[in-house]
Order: sequence, then structure tokens, then C-alpha cells
Amino acid sequence: MNDNAKIRVLVAKPGLDGHDRGAKVIARALRDAGFEVVYTGLHQTPEMIVEAAVQEDVHVIGMSILSGAHNALVPEVIDGIRKAGLEDALVVVGGIIPEEDFDLLKKAGVSMVFTPGASLTDVVDYIRKNAPTRV
Amino acid sequence: MADTEKDTLERIRKAQAEWSARREAGEKKFPNRAASFTTWSDMEVPLLSTPADLADAGFDFERDLGMPGEFPFTRGVQRTMYRGKLWTMRQFAGFGSAVDTNRRFKQLLEMGQMGLSTAFDMPTLMGYDADSPRAKGEVGKCGVSVSSIEDMETLFSGIPLGEVTTSMTINGPAIVILAMYFAVAEKQGVPREKVRGTLQNDILKEYIAQKEWLFPVRPAVGLVTDTIEYGTRHYPGWNTVSISGYHIREAGATAVQELAFTLADGLAYVEDCLKRGMKIDDFAPRLSFFFDVHNDFFEEIAKFRAARRIWARLMKDRYGAKDPRSWMLRTHAQTAGVSLTAQQPYNNIARVAVQALAGILGGTNSLHTNSMDETLALPTDEAVTIALRTQQIIAEESGVANLADPLGGSYYVEWLTNKVESEALEYIRKIDEMGGMVAAVERGFPQAEIANSAYHFQRQLETKEKAMVGVNKFQMVEPKRVIPTLYIDRSVEQKQVQRLAELRRSRPQQAWEEGIRLVKDAAQNGQNLCGPIQQAVAAHATLQEVCDTLRGVFGIYREAGSF
Repeated sequence: MNDNAKIRVLVAKPGLDGHDRGAKVIARALRDAGFEVVYTGLHQTPEMIVEAAVQEDVHVIGMSILSGAHNALVPEVIDGIRKAGLEDALVVVGGIIPEEDFDLLKKAGVSMVFTPGASLTDVVDYIRKNAPTRV
Repeated sequence: MADTEKDTLERIRKAQAEWSARREAGEKKFPNRAASFTTWSDMEVPLLSTPADLADAGFDFERDLGMPGEFPFTRGVQRTMYRGKLWTMRQFAGFGSAVDTNRRFKQLLEMGQMGLSTAFDMPTLMGYDADSPRAKGEVGKCGVSVSSIEDMETLFSGIPLGEVTTSMTINGPAIVILAMYFAVAEKQGVPREKVRGTLQNDILKEYIAQKEWLFPVRPAVGLVTDTIEYGTRHYPGWNTVSISGYHIREAGATAVQELAFTLADGLAYVEDCLKRGMKIDDFAPRLSFFFDVHNDFFEEIAKFRAARRIWARLMKDRYGAKDPRSWMLRTHAQTAGVSLTAQQPYNNIARVAVQALAGILGGTNSLHTNSMDETLALPTDEAVTIALRTQQIIAEESGVANLADPLGGSYYVEWLTNKVESEALEYIRKIDEMGGMVAAVERGFPQAEIANSAYHFQRQLETKEKAMVGVNKFQMVEPKRVIPTLYIDRSVEQKQVQRLAELRRSRPQQAWEEGIRLVKDAAQNGQNLCGPIQQAVAAHATLQEVCDTLRGVFGIYREAGSF
């Protein structure tokens, strides 16, 4: 079990998708649960997200996508953060993600996909249990 | 001699008090199911409403209700309401390439749909061409990809633009898309007076909720005013702006916030037009609206009724509009996408039916019913058919379209209409004090209000204070794949990119350069951009080329990443 206060989470909105209701609600819930939360704001390219993740040295990256662009953008972000040295960062994705894409995303390095109806408690618990511990 | 009204009200109050005492005795035997009963937006609901409650709320039949088709239009904008003309059944569609969407359009028209409604993909909404690096992975995903006049031509090929009405949901680059649409109509030989439809073109709600923006707020509002000004002169059958609460609501606003922020957006456009010297009665009749129809049946009905009343009074009293058409709030409605659940998706058919009925009882002029699978992906043909048939069943079988404002006079509905109205007016007053919606948006006021409401609602779901069937109540283990979904292939993007490369190679360079130069000059000199943009798109300038030219002059918008 991790101590929430030490876990830094980047909530990111990749691509051109403007649906930020979920991202903001999750960001708030994580903050209320005691995590340190950074929100990128909208319309981020994979490079911008990687840069923010490295700069903040985050333990967790949560990407929210409702536009269907996940297969193109998520692997690019993961590739970027691994290359940049954040090998252990936990990557989760939330949004409108068809089930047939889960495998592709998991192979790319996504540890969990949260779809509509997932509860805030589930998300918070999952991150608390699975975020990497760094010394 | 008959009782005076005052005596009658006194007797009703007395009876109500006595009934309350007897009811409390009953409550001991059957305690309430919940600690409080509230609307979906958290307004306290009375168990019972009476004429006395209405009197206390200051309700006055002649002033507040009146007759359908007459001021203040609480009961609808048409005297005959749905007897004369049913609401327009207009299903939003758009995916993949222009060819794909053209096929869906034709299919919808064959099924008895009355008007078209176009969804554009994210790159188009953000003013990027399909071959932009920023478009990667997004082409054709959430709507149709339109980068050039050629795409627009394909999109409406074989559809006579003088006979259908078309709605186009686009905002940031709306002025460019409008130019392309009228160019295609011209190519079809349709005179511009005969072209009818609606451009969403409501940029303020983009900053507030939908978040597909291009330029900073003030020049962006200027573009909206450009189209209203130009449309008033040249496009008499076109609604140049559809002031939209839908996205505001979907982003988490309450019913009252949706209503107030939408009307305040409308007021901001009116103010900007008046500042340019336009006369209220010249442009107000063509302003149109778009609201969400959410779960709470009566709250939604009250919202539509209050919307018409507030707008009519503002137009008449604040701006001195004389033409009754300026007072009328004509609106499209869409059932609440956010209320659909991925869990037990067939349940969504029932949700949509209830919401559609509320929209119709609220007197909407046009309606989109969501498809049951839209929370999973873009809708399949079968799901779209069920959604359209839902409207047709209400229209043909339920009997509700036989009379005007069937719920008018319901003590509860009138009480709630007054309540929604007064709370919305309070918000509008606050926004006026801030200097109007443009200033309010720049300081993040509506954005923060909506984020708070969204979080509050999510918390209510977590504690089960609000129920969603299949999500936090009556869940069940479901088979992995319940319904088929529509999948957009990567080849759509590849083909679009090729088409654009071909276009850039083959178009006459000189005319293109001249078109872009005209746009740049007009933007720098603060002139109306409709004409120059028409010339540019006719010379095959792409969407992004025009938008980049404007970005060069106006700059871009960035939102602080607060939550």
C-alpha cells in the first residue's frame, strides 16, 4: 500500500477531444483522496504530455480520451515516457474505449482501462494499489 | 355571490395544512423512501402543489402563460403547435469520410427524417486539415472529415439543398464551413434565398463547455457577429447561430445553469450585433437555440417553458424588439448523451423515450433522439433507426402532439417553471454584473460553476443519493459483447490525406494565393470576413489554410488547466 501523499498523478487530455468533464472530476477526486495531481489541460500532443510527466516526475499518468483517437495517441505517449526514463510510471486510460481495443492498449503498456460507469472509488483504489514506489 | 379569489385561496391553504397533518400520521406508517426528494439538478420537490403555492410564487395566468404562439410564448411558439407542424425529427450524423456520411444522410431521409444534421470530426472542429500532424488518429472518428470544398460537395452529393434543411454542428471554424456549404448550394444551382438550415456557430459555449476553440474569445465572438451580419443580409432562410445549452449541460451543469448560461450567451451575441449598429428586429428572428433534454421529466419541461418566457421578455423589454418573431425562442433539443449507460445498453432506449417525451411536452421545435449505443461508439444503422422510430411513435401513437402545452396549468409544472425561471434570472443578473458573458468566460465563472456541479453529481452517484439503473443500482453481470458497434477504419484517414495532397497539387495557385490574401487583409482591417472566406474556399483554400491565416492575425486561445 502506498501513501497517497507521495503519489504524483498526471491527468492528461491527449488529442483534440474537448470532453474534459471526466478528466476534471477524476483529478478532483484524486486530489481529495490525497494524491498530488497535475492536470495538463486540453488538446495536448503526446510530446507535451511526455514533457509534463518528466518535468513533474510523476508516478502515474491517467489519460482521458473520448474521441476514438486512443490507439494512435496512447502508445505514442507510453513510448515517449519510457524513452524519457519514466520506466516504472503506471499508465491508466479512461473514456469511451471499445472493448476490442483493450488488448492493443494493454500491449502498449496501459495497465488499466476505465470505461463509463467506473466509480471514483475504483479509480482511487486502483491507483493507490498499483502506483510504483520510488526510493 | 361567488367567493373572491382570496377566499378560495384561504380555504385551499387551510385544507392543505389539515391534509399535511393527516399525511404526517401516514408517514409514520410508511416512512419516506429517501431523506429528501429533489430533481436531477437538486431542486427540492414538493410532494404536492396547489393553486395556493402558485399564488405564493406570484403566478399570473395572463402575464406568465397566455396563449400558445403569443407573448411570452411559455406555451410554445406556434399557435397550432404540433397540429400544424410536428417538430422536426433531425438525427445528428457524421462519421468517416464524406462518402460514408453522404450514404447515412440518404438513408435517414429515406426513413422519413425531415432534416439533416452534420457531425464533424475533431480535426475539422478545431480547424485542422486531415493531413495535419494534429489530426493523427482522429480523422473521421467523431464525425465526418471536411477539409475542403470538394469534401463538402461529396457530403451533399445527390441531396437537393433547396429541399432539405441542414444543421451543421461546428463552431470555431463555422464561418469557413458556412462558406463551403453555400458554395456547394450555388454549384447545385440553388438560389441562396432557398437554402435553409442552421449553423451552430456558438463559440461562447465552446469556452464554457465543449472546448473546441481556435482563437481568443473576443475575435472569435467577432466571427459569430460577422456571420449574423452577413446572413441577415444574404441568407434569409438560414439560422446563423444556434445558441447551445446542450454541451453546457453535458459538461455537468444543472438545468438552471444550462438555461442561464445559454441565454446569457445569446445576450452577448445580441449586444455585439447592436454594437455594430444592427437593428434588433433585423437579426433577432433568426437566432435559434439548442437545449439538452435530461432525465428529470418535469424539470426539463419547466426549463423549456421558462426559456421561452425569459427570452421573450428580455428581447421585448431590454432591447425593445417590436417584431414578435424576435421574441420567439425557437429551439432544437437532444436527449442527454451523458445519461446513456454502457451497462445494459438496451435500457438506453427507455431513457431516450422518456427524455424525448419531455422535450416534446416542453414544446421543442426540433429533436434528436440519441441511439442506445452512443456511449460505446458512434451509432450503428439499427440503433439510429430505433432512435428515430421512438420519435415517430410519440408523434403518431401517444396522442401528445394533438394539443398545445398539455401540462400548462399543472400546479407543479407552473410552480417549477417559475422556480427555474427565477433561479436562472439570478444567474443572468450575476453575469450582467460581471460585464456580460464574454467577461464572465474570461474570468472562468461559468467553467468553474459547471465543474463544481459535475463533481457534486459524481459524488451523489458514489453515495447512491442519485441512482443510475445498471450503474449504481440494479447492476448485473453482462455478457462481454452485448450490441454491435460501428468501427472507423484507419483507411479513412489515409484516403483523406491522399485526397488533400492531390487537391494541393492540382488547384490554380494564383487564385488560391489571392483568396488567402483577401482573408488576411480583412482580418487585419477588422472587416466582415464572410465574403473573403467565400472567395478563398472557392479557390480551393482548405479549412486549415483559412484558419491558420486567421490564427496568424487573431492568435490562439489557451485555457489554464484548472480543475
